[in-house]
Amino acid sequence: MAIIQASDLTKCFGTFLAVDHINFAVEKGEVFGFLGPNGAGKTTTIRMLTGLSKPTTGKASILGFDIDSEIVKAKKHIGVVPEISNLYDELSAIDNLLFMAQLYGVPRRKRREKAEELLKIFRLYERKDSSFRTFSRGMKRALTIAAALIHNPEVLFLDEPTVGLDVVAARSLRNLISNLHQQGITIFLTTHYLEEADLLCDRVAIVVKGRILAIDTPQVLKAKTDKKSLEEAFMKITGLEPEVLAIEKGK
Amino acid sequence: MWRDNLRAIYYIVIKDMRTYYLKPPSVSWGIVFPIAWILAFYLRNSRSFEELVPGLIAMTILFSTTAAEAVVINFELRLGSLERLLLAPINLASVLVSKVLGGVTFGLLMTIVVTAGSAIILGVHPNLIYLILITIPSLLVFASLGALLCVLVKEVFEAQTLLNLPRFLMIFLCGVVYPISAMPAGLRYFAHFMPLTYTVDGLRCSFTNSSITPVIIDTLFLTGFLVLFLFPALSLLQKRFE
Repeated sequence: MAIIQASDLTKCFGTFLAVDHINFAVEKGEVFGFLGPNGAGKTTTIRMLTGLSKPTTGKASILGFDIDSEIVKAKKHIGVVPEISNLYDELSAIDNLLFMAQLYGVPRRKRREKAEELLKIFRLYERKDSSFRTFSRGMKRALTIAAALIHNPEVLFLDEPTVGLDVVAARSLRNLISNLHQQGITIFLTTHYLEEADLLCDRVAIVVKGRILAIDTPQVLKAKTDKKSLEEAFMKITGLEPEVLAIEKGK
Repeated sequence: MWRDNLRAIYYIVIKDMRTYYLKPPSVSWGIVFPIAWILAFYLRNSRSFEELVPGLIAMTILFSTTAAEAVVINFELRLGSLERLLLAPINLASVLVSKVLGGVTFGLLMTIVVTAGSAIILGVHPNLIYLILITIPSLLVFASLGALLCVLVKEVFEAQTLLNLPRFLMIFLCGVVYPISAMPAGLRYFAHFMPLTYTVDGLRCSFTNSSITPVIIDTLFLTGFLVLFLFPALSLLQKRFE
């Protein structure tokens, strides 16, 4: 059974079609990359799948729960890392995690233990009593991911997880995503860093202007397009190749 | 599912109290400001304490419930932390209710302090049943009014400005400092469309046993205002997430 299933999922904002009848299925334990340029509809898709926005038409389910009628049930099993690290500035790292544990109904006796375990994994334990606002961007990102894992979700949504991070922080985050993958967590990842997707994802969907142009493993996409990297394959599939060549020629 | 929502409401209220309400700006806005206003009017036109205290409690309810609404709603909407709450297993209505109940809890604490202080210092004693019948719906009404005005706008400063309009109108038109009966007929008419009129009237009955309308009617009017403010607030908030 597919863990995430989308059928003809569509989102319109007025006359603007942000997501255009997309269909895909994500299998258990898979890292699924949702790739596309800015404005492709990646974040809108995540927002629909996580209950922050209602689809205009179409259906989707997570772990068999319909996102329209059973989203609260689905939310118990999913963790979400939004594009912006939106924990509470006024609360300390540990208090942020404890608050999230309370919201998700983590048993009282396990909350602190789980929060401290995550702080150690994310190397934030030494700063557990510092307020979120004092953290660097990388530390904020790490704590936001820790908060999404506080209730041991089966599915993790990561929206542009490495945007704005320095090389070391991004690398450490990628290692962490690999570890979560090894633990069997299903990961839905949006990114426009194609090397990152090539490295982490079992399968990727290439999205442009709200439409999925291709879905497959990075290896197959490279082979089909006769390209060496996922970035080159992406350019060919999206039709951006001539545009990029023209820019390079202009240089 | 309702248990998940109730649990989340409880923890959000606790978090908001710690993070926003029990801070010096909210306390001063919720308690010092009403006392200063009432004292200023009292010194200008001294009346008996029984006449003074209902206005003081009404202002405490009005200002304390709305003291941090703009922050807990607009600021969190802007930072995305309200959205963060919605990623948890909780529905939007429960998030709004938790924000309203945060204001109610803080307002209740401030009202208890002011009422107890009035009883001890000024020696005035209310009818407790009447007091509860008026205070609880009033706290809910003004916290909901604050929520409604906050979801109408996007910025914290816009919400604060918008909140001040009904706050100050109500101070002058609802019998807080001048009895409604002493106002011109046209203004008296307007007073009946403002919830604070029923709060002040009910509180006056609680302290002096004299009111324009029976307490139970004041309570019913306040319940009507609660429905009038809370449901549009929820509908507007839902539109933000469509």
